[in-house]
Amino acid sequence: MIRIATWKIVLILLACVLAFAWAAPNILSKEQAAAWEAKAPSFLPTKRVSLGLDLQGGSHLMLQVAIDEALKDQLVNEVQAARNALRSGKIEYTAFRSQKDGFSITLKNADQMGAAKSAIRKMDPDLDIDEPTPGTLEARFTEAKVKAFTSHVIEQSIEIVRRRVDETGTREPVIARQGQDRIVVQVPGLSDPEYLKELLGRTARLSFQLVDTDGSMTGRAGIGSTLLPMQESPGQKLAVKKEELITGAMLTDAQPNFQDGMPAVSFRLNALGAKRFCDVSKANVGKPFAIVLDQTIISAPNIREAICGGSGQISGSFTVQEATDLALLLRAGALPAKLTIVEERTVGPTLGSDSVEAGKKACIFALLFVIVFACTVYGLFGVFASIALVVNMVMLMAVMSVLQATLTLPGIAGMVLAIGLAVDGNVLVFERIKEELRAGRSILSAVDTGYERAKTTIIDSNLTALISALILFSFGTGPIKGFAVTTSIGVGTAYFASMMLTRLMVVTYLRMAKPKQIAA
Amino acid sequence: MIIRFLPLVPHDTKIDFFGHRFYAMIASIIIIGGSILCLSIKGLNFGIDFTGGTVMEIATPVDPDLAALRKSLEELHIGEVPIQELGSKRSLMLRFPEQDGGPEGQAAAITKIRATLDSTFAGAGAPVDYRRTEFVGPQVGAELKKDGLIAVILALCCIQAYIWLRFNWQYGIGAMLALIHDVVGILGLFSLTQMPFDLSTLSAILLVAGYSINETVIIFDRVRETLRKYRKMPMQDVINYSINSTLARTIMTSGSTILALLALWLFGGMVIRSFVSALFLGILIGTHSSYFVSGLSLYYLKLRRPAEGASGEGNPAENAA
Repeated sequence: MIRIATWKIVLILLACVLAFAWAAPNILSKEQAAAWEAKAPSFLPTKRVSLGLDLQGGSHLMLQVAIDEALKDQLVNEVQAARNALRSGKIEYTAFRSQKDGFSITLKNADQMGAAKSAIRKMDPDLDIDEPTPGTLEARFTEAKVKAFTSHVIEQSIEIVRRRVDETGTREPVIARQGQDRIVVQVPGLSDPEYLKELLGRTARLSFQLVDTDGSMTGRAGIGSTLLPMQESPGQKLAVKKEELITGAMLTDAQPNFQDGMPAVSFRLNALGAKRFCDVSKANVGKPFAIVLDQTIISAPNIREAICGGSGQISGSFTVQEATDLALLLRAGALPAKLTIVEERTVGPTLGSDSVEAGKKACIFALLFVIVFACTVYGLFGVFASIALVVNMVMLMAVMSVLQATLTLPGIAGMVLAIGLAVDGNVLVFERIKEELRAGRSILSAVDTGYERAKTTIIDSNLTALISALILFSFGTGPIKGFAVTTSIGVGTAYFASMMLTRLMVVTYLRMAKPKQIAA
Repeated sequence: MIIRFLPLVPHDTKIDFFGHRFYAMIASIIIIGGSILCLSIKGLNFGIDFTGGTVMEIATPVDPDLAALRKSLEELHIGEVPIQELGSKRSLMLRFPEQDGGPEGQAAAITKIRATLDSTFAGAGAPVDYRRTEFVGPQVGAELKKDGLIAVILALCCIQAYIWLRFNWQYGIGAMLALIHDVVGILGLFSLTQMPFDLSTLSAILLVAGYSINETVIIFDRVRETLRKYRKMPMQDVINYSINSTLARTIMTSGSTILALLALWLFGGMVIRSFVSALFLGILIGTHSSYFVSGLSLYYLKLRRPAEGASGEGNPAENAA
């Protein structure tokens, strides 16, 4: 006599009820769902399946952080600091060479090696110091330092990117590190990312530097200064001192406004910046200074008097939009390294909703076709299998909602195929039952053996499917991942549907209706 | 009360699969040989996911004059921009290669194309709808190719390992041959039709492989059971019997999968139609390989029946001797 333990029946029914409850929020519209989430008691399900950007529309950008360049910049600072350290230690050298990940110094007097080493070590304890030949000192960034520096730059970049994206007023952006040196920005609902791309493509490194007047006259930069192009006329170059008196980091606020009817950007400095600006302007009245943004001189006004109020204006030949953008970039801060866009995937809202509609339709019709097919071939048993199939789909939605897994277009394709394959479990069992009946077993015994015999086969085939889905999920990217998510969840729910739910229905029917014969 | 099952497949089929093995082998040789030939001559039409480049999908407000549009895009000097219709006249797909000047060059090219399109349809009453823009840098493309390949190979190897553990080594090799047969076959299909081969194609390959391995596992299960049950039956009869007795299941499952694919083909939108057709053919190749490649390899690898009294399950050392 076949029977299913009462506790099993309770669990199976409970699982079905929970599946319907958790899947239920998905039939609400977006607004209804938001309202429901606001007022629903915490024990009731509110989560919906989150749609991928390809379904809800939006922009996916992958940014490459120019870590190598940032490291090079860091090395330039390090070299400058090392020169200073040697000078203040009165250590003379005959050669100073920058290398790929460090620098080497040839000392004039090899006896000073100990002093030189300790001076460098004091300047930066994170350098590997070596003496390849007597009298030559080599310093390198340690691996740990490069790693820490990279992490720091990426984290800082993410923070700045987040601020810039937030400033544009977009909702719910996802910004995350990917791999070694990349950042992924996903902005749902953004169908024209050109503006965002432009904002993210700018480093926005601001500095105030004194103009080297002699160098500017001759057009040749002296030691400690460098030639930079003017924004208004890129052919014209000015020599400016390398020392950055004020940097963008010292700004507390920046706003677009007008000066003499021309768009400009006003800014406020923090305490340190205000004091510096005051001192420098006092000492250099009458001399010009350059406002430098990303290695370009925006303007080079003369200092008319000491500026000690902690605020000022940047005027150049801006349009209103440029002034607004500059203010935004200055508020958000400078990127520690340049970002380049290496991948973009943007889906407009019309395509997204079209895909959702197409996906829904395909799912419903696939379900319908398969149900008609199964009911025609298996009669009443087909009806049981069909009910289980519908529960299977509901359960798939419920699990996706609870896990907050993302549904993508390939994911929908995976779901439609899961419908076809989910029938497989039932088919294996039913065919087996038919065989056992033909072999002369009684109905109950045939059903029982059918389920038992088919079980190993079903487990084998489900496990192979699950293995490949899980590997795809952990190693795959993009579409592959979306496909793997629905397949792996679908395998689990299909097993439940065929081996538990259909079985429960079949057994209950046999016990209640007590059919005399099954025509195999 | 009587429950009726519709006898879709007569239950006592005695098709001599084994006897027809030479036809099956010829079919396999044609599939594999044709695929390799096609792959070496035509190669694969890699999509931008793997090559880098840009794809734009647009909907125009009025029927476009394709010739004029091609001409004005040509004047932008950004290389060849193939325009493809997606199901209707107003729905177009543009594809252009990686530009010089890195990402900035790419962005400039996108801007130029958009400007050209906007001005072409300026008087049409409604703006051009940019339904999709995808840009993949060459380095990212190379990485996607590598990662995708690793994921697929790893998945295939793990399935393989599972079969090996669960059955004997002969079954493992049989399944492996079938998998190779399927993968080469579907690659050949993509090469023959020159359908764009991109990330979603990789999922198609795995889907077909998964479907075929499923079929193989079911036949293997039956072979193992038959070997235990009928100890005196010759190997070719075991194979024939196993395939015949799982025939009804194959027809039912393939039938419902194909019906689901049909729904996807009819309602899933134009973009995935070719993808669905590939899946359909892939499932046929997969069924063929499960029946003949994995089934027959058991015969040629001289699978021994489990020794008298031994369970014969999962004990390669004992059976491989």
